[in-house]
Amino acid sequence: MLSIKNLRVSINGKEILKGINLEVKPGEVHAIMGPNGTGKSTLASVIAGRDIFDVEEGEIQFRGKDLLDMSVEDRASEGIFLGFQYPVEIPGVSITNFMRTAVNEQRKYRGLDPMPANEFLAKMEEKKQMLEIHAKLANRSVNEGFSGGEKKKNEIFQMAMLDPSLAILDETDSGLDIDALKIVANGVNKLRRPDNAFVVITHYQRLLEYIVPDIVHVLFDGRIVRSGGKELAIELEEKGYEWIRA
Amino acid sequence: MEKDPNNILEEVTQSEYKYGFYTDIEMETAPKGLSEDTIRFISAKKNEPEWLLQFRLEAYRKWLGMTEPTWAHLHHPPINYQDIIYYAAPKKKKELASLDEVDPELIETFNKLGISLEEQKRLSGVAVDAVIDSVSVKTTFSETLEKQGIIFCSFSEAVQKVPELVKQYLGTVVPADDNYFAALNSAVFSDGSFCYIPKGVRCPIELSTYFRINAANTGQFERTLIIGDENSYVSYMEGCTAPMRDENQLHAAIVEIIALKDAEVKYSTVQNWYPGNKKGEGGIYNFVTKRGICKGNNSKISWTQVETGSAITWKYPSVVLMGDHSVGEFYSVAVTNNYQQADTGSKMIHLGKNTKSTIISKGISAGHSSNSYRGLVKMTKRAENSRNFSQCDSLLLGDKCGAHTFPYIKTENKTSIVEHEATTSKISDDQLFYCNQRGIGTESAIGLIVNGYAREVLKQLPMEFAVEAQKLLSISLEGSVG
Repeated sequence: MLSIKNLRVSINGKEILKGINLEVKPGEVHAIMGPNGTGKSTLASVIAGRDIFDVEEGEIQFRGKDLLDMSVEDRASEGIFLGFQYPVEIPGVSITNFMRTAVNEQRKYRGLDPMPANEFLAKMEEKKQMLEIHAKLANRSVNEGFSGGEKKKNEIFQMAMLDPSLAILDETDSGLDIDALKIVANGVNKLRRPDNAFVVITHYQRLLEYIVPDIVHVLFDGRIVRSGGKELAIELEEKGYEWIRA
Repeated sequence: MEKDPNNILEEVTQSEYKYGFYTDIEMETAPKGLSEDTIRFISAKKNEPEWLLQFRLEAYRKWLGMTEPTWAHLHHPPINYQDIIYYAAPKKKKELASLDEVDPELIETFNKLGISLEEQKRLSGVAVDAVIDSVSVKTTFSETLEKQGIIFCSFSEAVQKVPELVKQYLGTVVPADDNYFAALNSAVFSDGSFCYIPKGVRCPIELSTYFRINAANTGQFERTLIIGDENSYVSYMEGCTAPMRDENQLHAAIVEIIALKDAEVKYSTVQNWYPGNKKGEGGIYNFVTKRGICKGNNSKISWTQVETGSAITWKYPSVVLMGDHSVGEFYSVAVTNNYQQADTGSKMIHLGKNTKSTIISKGISAGHSSNSYRGLVKMTKRAENSRNFSQCDSLLLGDKCGAHTFPYIKTENKTSIVEHEATTSKISDDQLFYCNQRGIGTESAIGLIVNGYAREVLKQLPMEFAVEAQKLLSISLEGSVG
């Protein structure tokens, strides 16, 4: 589904990713772990298409298409979702309006008519139920005045609404209390299907107690230095990142 | 050249009716320039009573002794007032056979605004099937209004029909010598609307539904007078979300509103005059004086404006809060793009006790434009226990535009409270990336963010216009971010 080959990325002349190789297949959950400042968020942003980074070398293929030539919104419509570490506030824009615009723009890209209003509202209600989000999200402005936990839950809610093929969650667990963490993990587990995939970026092993990954990668100094099964995460937690460095 | 679709629009708006009474039409146009003779000519053409002629002449004499204001944050070449034609019979647009003959760019804008096909035809001068012609709609409305004693007609008509009402109120809110452009308007005003709501009557319809269609052709010196008698209510909508093109560069309108005891007048405007091209060439100079007076106790006047057009906007809809417990409101969204300039805001003059005013101003600047808020809140000695809340926000798109805030506050008593808040923000790359990542393209994202920013004001608009105004904001900012 996602195939990254020898990806080298820099910002302002400073190399951050130094040759990343990553293969994600449908149905898989990958975890990318690593200390702060090793390029985890950069990798997520580059896959999503943020243009502040310079791709020096390498390629990213997504379902057979070359991603690097595509705009951010086209990548999203192709089925890539990024759960943000720090979701921004958009004052005055209700979540309903925001999601409706997003859903319909993606439908337009795929040659579909806009979703009828009643169908859309029913879908919103269904996803809220599924994720056990009880808050009255719909009429609040996007992320405005949200607590850290609410922002992250809102990211998961948006993911459920957009139903991406590949969801990349960038430190979605950071700053969450255990209840919010469970809602986030629960959301991912309920959305897992044989035809979609997740890349979960996290600093701690904690989230991986709730989302069980198929493959764990350790990113260190711009390179994936080790990949393995879910035991790798536990090993990391026990030995710390110093163990990798050594 | 005539076949170039880009010229059709110009042709439509500029050419006079080519067939029939050509000579007559020519005779109905005053020679260029402004003099007492011009004013006598206008007044005679309109068959006005002597007092109105004197009103005009007096205004003209005052105007001669005044100078154009220079305090606004606006720049434009000097206006040659002798190079303007001050009276021309309403221009008859050349009728087109079908929408195929209309500039496709205009049609595209109509479609984006969601304007119905029939109305598109009207607005662009295509002949309309008589059965669906809104004249019949107009008649129905007029009957409904008449039954309630509401007078709603053109200003010229009112001068003939209800001269005593016009005489009683004309120039009482905006005196002829109020300012340079008000004096000019008082001397040469062309036409506009007159509205009188009798005691105890709640106007059953938005005075917009039909007005919109008839908004064109009021001329460049529009004059509007709205009177809400005791305990009455009216919501009035001026203007049009559809693009308005006019070859007259200078527009100087006056709107006067009088609210008597317990009356409420709600006035909404969407202004979308031609803003000039991307290089800042052409476009309308819009110098408007709008003022209302809450004359009676417990009266209320509310201004809501969405300003997206004109090369220059100079406009400060104001409320004089004379009656005790009266309320004044001003809600504004002003968008400037390319080389547009806007200096706009409000004045709230508190005279009565326990009066309350609110100013919510949202400026949005893009391109090389300049957008200023200028406002005055005055609490006079008598206006005890009065309150004002002002919020003036500026949103900047790009780094070549400018936003300025000039708030003036004068308080002459110790029991009144004036609050002023101001913010300046930008659409951040983070916000755009966030929207893009959800599949929303940059132009849609800007539209979404700007509409969110302006929501507080837009929700004041009558429903149908709110929807169009939202689309209009997005369209006005198209291409503003690279």
